[in-house]
Order: sequence, then structure tokens, then C-alpha cells
Amino acid sequence: MKITFDWLKDHLKTNLKEKNLLEQLTNVGLEVEGVQNLSSDKELFKVAKIIKTIKHPNADRLKVCDVDVGEKQFKKVVCGAANAVEGLITVYAPPGSIIPKTKTKLVVAKIRGVTSYGMLCSESELNLSDESDGIIKLSSVYKKNIGKSYFLKSKSNLIDLSITPNRPDCLGIRGIARDLAASGFGKLIDFKKKKIKSNNRQSLKVKIKKEKNQGCSIFGSCLITDVKNTESPQWLKDKLISIGQKPISAIVDITNYVMFDLNRPLHAYDADKIEKGIIVRNSKLGEKFTALDNKDYKLEDGMCVITDYKGVLGLGGIIGGTRSGTELDTKNILLESAYFKPGSIRTTAKKLNLDTDAKFRFERGIDPLSIEDGLNKAAILIKEICGGNISKIDIKKIETHKTKIIKFDINLIEKIAGFKISNNEIFKILENLGFKFKKKKNFFELTVPSWRPDITQEIDIVEELVRISGYDKIRIIDPIKERKKSTLNKSQKLFHFLQRSIASKGYLEAITWSFTDSNYNNYFRDTKKEIKIVNPISTELDVLRNSIFSNLIIYMNKNLDRGFKDLSIYEIGPTFTGSKPGEQNTVVCGLSSGKKSRLSWIEKERNVDVFDVKKDVVQTLIEAGYKSEEFFIDNKTPNYYHPGKSGRLFLKKNADLVAAYFGEIHPNITKKIDMKTESLVGFEIFLDNLKLPAKTLNDQKNKFNVSDYQKSERDFAFIISKDVNAQDLINAIASVDQNLISNIRVFDVYVGDNIPKNQKSIAISVTIQSTEKTLNDNDLENINKLIIETVENKTGAKIRS
Amino acid sequence: MSDLKKIKDELFLKLKSKLNLSEVNQIKSDLFGKNGLISSQFKKIGTVAETERKKFASELNVIKDELQDLISLKIKEIENEEIREKLQKEKIDITLPERPFVRGKIHPVSQTIDEISSIFSEIGFSVEEGPDVESEYNNFTALNTPENHPARDMHDTFYLDEKKERLLRTHTSPVQIRTMLKDKPPFKIIAPGRTYRSDSDQTHAPMFHQVEGLHIDKDINMGHLKGCLNYFIKEFFELDKIKMRFRPSHFPFTEPSAEVDIGYEMKDGKIIIGEGDQWLEILGCGMVHPNVLRNVKVDPIKFQGYAFGMGIDRLAMLKYGINDLRAFFDCDYRWLNHFGFDPLDVPTNYRGLSR
Repeated sequence: MKITFDWLKDHLKTNLKEKNLLEQLTNVGLEVEGVQNLSSDKELFKVAKIIKTIKHPNADRLKVCDVDVGEKQFKKVVCGAANAVEGLITVYAPPGSIIPKTKTKLVVAKIRGVTSYGMLCSESELNLSDESDGIIKLSSVYKKNIGKSYFLKSKSNLIDLSITPNRPDCLGIRGIARDLAASGFGKLIDFKKKKIKSNNRQSLKVKIKKEKNQGCSIFGSCLITDVKNTESPQWLKDKLISIGQKPISAIVDITNYVMFDLNRPLHAYDADKIEKGIIVRNSKLGEKFTALDNKDYKLEDGMCVITDYKGVLGLGGIIGGTRSGTELDTKNILLESAYFKPGSIRTTAKKLNLDTDAKFRFERGIDPLSIEDGLNKAAILIKEICGGNISKIDIKKIETHKTKIIKFDINLIEKIAGFKISNNEIFKILENLGFKFKKKKNFFELTVPSWRPDITQEIDIVEELVRISGYDKIRIIDPIKERKKSTLNKSQKLFHFLQRSIASKGYLEAITWSFTDSNYNNYFRDTKKEIKIVNPISTELDVLRNSIFSNLIIYMNKNLDRGFKDLSIYEIGPTFTGSKPGEQNTVVCGLSSGKKSRLSWIEKERNVDVFDVKKDVVQTLIEAGYKSEEFFIDNKTPNYYHPGKSGRLFLKKNADLVAAYFGEIHPNITKKIDMKTESLVGFEIFLDNLKLPAKTLNDQKNKFNVSDYQKSERDFAFIISKDVNAQDLINAIASVDQNLISNIRVFDVYVGDNIPKNQKSIAISVTIQSTEKTLNDNDLENINKLIIETVENKTGAKIRS
Repeated sequence: MSDLKKIKDELFLKLKSKLNLSEVNQIKSDLFGKNGLISSQFKKIGTVAETERKKFASELNVIKDELQDLISLKIKEIENEEIREKLQKEKIDITLPERPFVRGKIHPVSQTIDEISSIFSEIGFSVEEGPDVESEYNNFTALNTPENHPARDMHDTFYLDEKKERLLRTHTSPVQIRTMLKDKPPFKIIAPGRTYRSDSDQTHAPMFHQVEGLHIDKDINMGHLKGCLNYFIKEFFELDKIKMRFRPSHFPFTEPSAEVDIGYEMKDGKIIIGEGDQWLEILGCGMVHPNVLRNVKVDPIKFQGYAFGMGIDRLAMLKYGINDLRAFFDCDYRWLNHFGFDPLDVPTNYRGLSR
């Protein structure tokens, strides 16, 4: 909502300055978004007329225009707008002027070889509207203003307010003045209610059809005959321009003026174009009309339309149609002032993707009792400016406005706000805001003003009182430093731990979107369901991610393109399995590319490989408190991993849930997405699949039990089928004697000469130590034998002699 | 006795020359070995005349000690020399680079979440979470934002079905609903997490982070709200004094509602939080609307309290001087390295937030 202090003063008597005003607006909850100085250099913008256009010699879409700016010589201006045609009256910005939107200063410049002296402006360039399609088209009444400044000298700054959706009453200047007055910033000037004096009946028949979901409950109107539509008088043009509106013609300007002044949208029809009478009804599927924005709309069932006997004239409360629009030669007008229901307006506007000033107001709730005030004010102004005869006001209604009454207990103020407001102050504020009140035994009975649809219960009254008396009165109550419940639960602690544990292994934490590109997602989707976003922000972010890999790979690739080679990044966050709330998992996903060390004077170069990520996964899980002796690893992994170089880790053999995957990314994927790196390995740890650790750190520690007896190391080399896993061998050895075998370490794997085909040699060092005694040669020999026997029996391995 | 003297003098001479350890050991065995010169002298003691014997023995012992000392000294000297040479030989250029290492980093948003959690932990808030995909009911309707409410326009929502029943949460407020439905009052929680709006430009990202706060008890009023936020802002920005103002605003799920601004000034193109005469909006808050409490079966006559919501990314930007919101999610290696935190920098109550 744009206002000026000058306009406010039509409704507010105050001696205070603009600086105080800005503060006070904010204090009562009408947030000042910006203040714009309109007067300074805007006088340079002139009304101008295009005399001639020729095609730019060097550019197909540009034109060279001769423009009449009221000087002897026409100006040559290069313009790209499609609507820059001969005869168009528009706004010219000379060199030296500053374009309000871009804040750039114009200079005489060559555009593709042709010198352009200034520029022809669009509404958006002048911050008049968002309309950037073509340059401004002024009506022919501006002909006599050619060469004159388009903007009139304004003394007042343009103040842009952000009005919250609960305050439709403040979408009119008077509403804002009322709030300010209630807060002590001046006095609200009494509304001089001039009434239409007429003996003529409104002769056009109006009917609101009683049907289900009728969006219109009151339709007020009056006829004004024999008018002469014209350019608005200076004061009216000034007013509209001062808040950034474009004057059009007196009739349209007056309806706009009343809307901004009183928050009372009106609509003027050319009465001669209305066939027989007005019927307000629900639209039928397929009905069409051309709206004042020059677009054709195809309607669905049940939209509130204003029609005549020929068809749709306009969408009630949203936009009028071209068929019955007023023009400069309009003689007789029907002025509409109606009440449309917010829900109906909103549904229709949403379906048709329409947004207008009227719609914006009706969907928030217009004062249903302002119908006559609006008609009176506008009709009298029209008569003053355009002449003509006004009829009596005709009001059709199918529902009557019910006054809201709220019981209010004054004690609630202190209970909610924590401070007291004196009874006098309370009465004053409520009265100034337009409430009426009666004192009952323990409470007050408040009558809510008709312009406040937002006020329905006691708490709303509290807000009004606290807001107007000032939020600065709320005192600070310092918080008590006391904790009754632990801050994080087990799974949050685990999240936190894993997050920092992975980072401590050299990975940079990334945060990427929860959505991703379906093309990439498909590489990592495996068997999961694709979850589409109905209204994605771009086709590259069209699905929820089934895996974090898709995004990490996209961004990894971008970093590789930046010239980085050896990268490790990870993310901890959600992946999705379905579109229902809760169908998501928390995953820690890491990705490493390139080499482990590169061009070092001290270390050999090697690619990152699957055992690097295996280490990161296993170490992290051990650090998080899981027992590595119980881990079970096999090679069944999703299809985005290299089938021969990837693994699946369970916290225990026979566990149901996979704790982690790790491995090389499938070479097909790296090839398809053209990753230029020597190696690409990754892992996924599934937080929700990890069992939560024991209660306390104390519970997590076993009894301290160590042996000081001598330990011995024995080395074994087994020849074994290539298909048998090292893990099986280790498990077999561990099963020999849990008490004596304290450590098992693979120190060599060999395939080649001296080893039969399809077999491999695995060399293992076993540490043997008793907790009860020093083992003698005999004991050790027995264990040796037992180890060899067990391994040979369980795995089919042969000891290498 | 002259024999002995002769031996001693000879040895003296020998030991003065440059010898290695085995040569010294040879001398040692020549003297003290089984048939060594000194050993044989000792064997002679029996043959020496009774009168001379005592003197002979004592002189022999003196010489033996002297020689032994000399030899040990020489051995020590040689050993020292050997170590010195070894060290000399092993000397390297210590300015050569250390073995390569990698440093991981924690994303500034994660660090900020931990900071926020740490601060609220101290005044008794615990952390709650909710899913990223929400029902239309939890995200809007339960929060007193019925369908067709213009306030819904403020949230550009991503939907997952045509009926618009499932969506990506547009704020963390649905966690209020989930928490209150799950448990019984009092409630004192914060809920940090990802939020989504279909809005994307220089200052908006389609995904961002919010933290929700909710404190419901029997007598929690706006003064407690002001106190809590005043405490939080001071702690978060690690300042003793901060300018803060509450100004009326509107959110469907709180009433009265407020937006909170903090004071700042620009110095050399950098935002300095704290004093200054400019105002910067940092969060929205208010007293939980009775309709919301009714929706979650909490009696608004018996219980009341406040809720707040703030943008974590924005707080991180302000605190750490990050200009571009989009960069948070761009995953640029250089940016992550620059703005990331060491994983050991865990914000805690007792250590404080910063090193």
C-alpha cells in the first residue's frame, strides 16, 4: 500500500513531522517498506508523442523514432518496444534524467550505430507498475500536455507500507489515519458525509441470483446520466500520481481515488452497453469474456460474475470486462459498489491467476457497510467533474451484515502481555479504533467495527490494545537458566556425532537441496519410487532425492570443472522413499575423487579407493560406539556402485538393516555424466538403521580387563579359493578360542606364480595371549594346530607349507 | 715394578692416538684378558717376596684402576664421536613440507544450528524435529491458516500431489503441532530444520533453514518472550549489549504477533550488529494463537505461551559476514573451506560458542 503524508492529512489532523510518522506507522504494525522521493528529478520526464518511426538500420527489433517533446526539433530516440508506433502518446526521459527503476542516469548514446537522445519509458521503468511489456500509452487527453512534465510537482514522499493480510481496513488511507489517531498521532478528521440528493430512481434492473455459493451478498448501484468523461482535474491527477498510479480518465480516476482513500472498490460500467439489466450469478463452465487487461478468460462453474442479458460483463470484485468499460465518449454510467465474499474472490482469482487492486481488497474483506459511502462520494465527484444527473442509490442484498459482539475480560491484557493498561487508556484506544462498548458485571461487551473482519475473539482485542499502546511497554523477563530435560535425544546426538566424525576425516560438509534433477536421481534411485514435485522451480529440481549422491555428484563435477582434483565432500540429511510425511531417512553420504596424495616429495601417488571409504565408514562407526568385531560385510550393493568394488555393512551378522554401503561409483555413471577424475568412491551411512547407543557413556564401557602375560604372534599363510572372503577366514580363526586369540591381522594377499589358478594366498598374523598364564610351547603348538584345522575345515583353505 | 710403569706409559701413548671401538676392546683384552698383561701381573703376586708383596699388590691395583678408567674414558669418547657422526649424517632439511593432510569442515549452517541449540539448551529448551514432507493440515490449517486465507500467499509452496494435500513444509512451525499433539504441556522446544518455498532469486533460495521456538506453560507472557529473545540475540552475537525492538506484525498462528529488529550500522561495507541506528529484521514471533492450542487439544484458558521462528541461514550470514545466501547451497569447495568450521569447534555451554 502506497501513501503520502499529504494524502493522510485529508483524514488526520497533526502537527508532527514525516520522520515521526514513519516511526509511528512501524510502531502500530504498519511496516514501512520504503520511502521514495518523488519530487526531485522526476520533473524531467515529459509527455511526448511519436511522430514517425523507421526500422533501425542495424537491428531488426529496434526502431528509430522522431519524438515530439514540445521543442522546435523532434528528438531522435531508439526504442525497442513493439508498441512504439506513430501517433502514440507516451513518456520521454531526456539525457541526464535518472530512471527510477534502475537508478541509472541516461546519457546520449549510440545504440548499434544510431545516436539516441533519451529514452521512451515503460510503466515499470518509472516504477508506476510492473508492466514492462512496451512503453507507456497515454490517452489522447494528454495531447495538450506534450512537452510538459508528466509527473507533477509533489511535496510529499511516497511511503510504501507492507500491510499484513489481516488488515484490509488499512488498504485505504482513512484506515491508516484511524490507526495513527488511535495511537495518539493526531486526530481523525470527521468524515463529511455528503449524500446524493436525487429524485430519480435507479432504472437499471439489478438482481442477485439466490444460488448455492453465491459470492455476492450486496450489490449497490446508482446511475449517472449525461456525463462528459474527461481528463481528471489537476488535484486528482496529482493525488494518483503521488502514490504511483497512472491517471486514465476522470471516471476511472475517481473510482480509483475512492478505493485508495476509503478502501472501497467501485466499478463503473458504460450503462448504454448493458443489455436490459444486471444479474449477479455463478458462471457456467465455458463462459468467456474479455477483461479490461485485454485478456480473454474462460470461466469454470461457480465463479461470481456480473452479467447482463447477453452474457458476462465482468468478474465481480476482481476485474471488469471490455464490453461494458467506460471510455472518453461514455455518456451514461452505472456505478457499482458491492460486497463480495473473500473466499469466493480468492478461489476465482487463483484459478484464473488474476491479481487486481480490487481482488486484493475483497479477498481480505471489505467493510460491508461502506457501500453507500463509496457511491455517495464517487457519484458526487463525478457530477462535479463530468457533470450529469445522479439517480438514487439502489441496494440489492441477499444477506444482512451481522454486527460482531465480543465479551472481553480486561485482565486478559496483563495475562498475555505482562503489563497493565489503565482503564481510561483502554477505553480511549477502543473508541478511537471504532469499537463500541458496554460494561457488564465482570467483562465488557464490545461491538466490533464493520471494517475489521479480522477481529473475532478476545485475543484480537488484546492485540489491538497492546499494539496501539506500544510494544515497547512489554518488559523483559530474563529467562531462568535451568534444564529439566536433556537438550538432544539419542538419535540427535548420533546425528551430531556422525556429522563431526566424518568431517574430522577430511571431508567438507555440504548442504544441497532436498530435491534434485530427475535425470541424476535416476542413476541413484535403485529400486526406490520417484517422487515428483508438482510445481518444481525448474526442471533441474523436479524430484525429491532418493539418494544424496545425485546432488553431491552434480556439485562434485562443478568443482572438478573449477580445476580441483582431489575432493572429499559429504552431506548429512534426508533422502526420500515416498511422498507421505515421515517417508524419509537420514543419511550420511560422502564422496571422494582423485588421488589420496598427489605429487608429494614424500609419499607415493595413489588413487582414492574403496578401502579408503571402507576405513572412513568403519572408523566412524567404531568411534560412534559400535563393535567392529560384530560387523558383517558382504558385496550386495545397489546398482550405482561398482558391483565388484563395493560393500554392504551390517552392525551384526543376520541383522535386518543395512548400516552402510561403500564403494566405487559405477563406471557407467561416471562415464555418462562425464566426470573427469581418476577415481570416484563414496559411502552412505543410514542413521535410522543404526541402533542407538547404550544409555550412558559409563554403560558403553565394558569392565577393564587386560592380560599382562606374554603374548605371541604366529603367522599363517592359507591358499584358498578366490571366491572365499577374507572375512570368512578371520571369522574361522576367531572362532577357535575367543579367550586366547586377541588380534587377527591380514598382512598379505597374493595371486600369481606358485599359486594354483582361481586360488589366492592370504597371509594372516594372529596374536595369542592368555589372561591366566604364560603359554608354553606346547600350548602354542596346540592352538596353531587348531587354527589350521579349523580354517581348513570351515573354509576349504590349505595351509601353505 | 718397572714393568708396570712401562705398560702404563705405553698404553697412555696408545690411547692418545685415534682408535675405534674394537681397537680399544683389543687393548682392554690385552691388558685384562685371561692372559692379559695386568692379569698376569696379578697372578705373580704369590711369587713376590713376602716383604714386597703388599706394596706390589697395592701398586698393581692403583695402576689397574688407572688403566681401566683411561679405557672407559676412551670408550665413552669414541661412542660420543660415533653418535655425533651419526647425527651429523642423518641431518635433513627440516623445512621440507610435512606429510600431506586433509582438513574437513563443518558447514556454517550446521555450526549455527549447534550454536543456537547450545544457547537454548542453557535455558531449558530441548530439540524437536519433524519431517520435511508435511501434510497441508499441519503446515497450514492447524496453524490457523485455513484454505483461502490470504496469508497462504506469503508462502510459495512446493506440492507433491495435485490435491495439494502433501507439500514440502514452508516453515518449521508444523513441528509445534506435532510436538503438542504428541505430548502434554508444558512445552519448551526448539526445532531447527530445512524449509522450502518455491521462490528463487538473489536473496531467496528454494530451500533454507529455520529454527522454531515454542514455550507453553501456565503463565508465559510476552515479557518472557522478549526476555528469551533478548538473551538469545546477545548470546548468539556474543555481545554484552544489543539494541532490539519488537514491532507489531501478523502471523496467523500467533496473536499478538511481533517482528523483531536489531540495531546495526555499516562500517567499511560490513554490518556491525549491536548499536547503530539502523534496524534489521531478524525474526517473527508472538503468543501462540488460542485457535492453534485448541487444534492440538491444549486448553487456552489453562495454558499459554509464545512461539518464534527465525532464519538460520540469515543469522549465519549476519554473524559470519556472508553476503550471498545462494552460496550456502552451491557447494563451492573454496567457499566451504573458507566459511566452514573445524569439526573440533563444537559450541558448548561451558566452552562458549567461539574458540
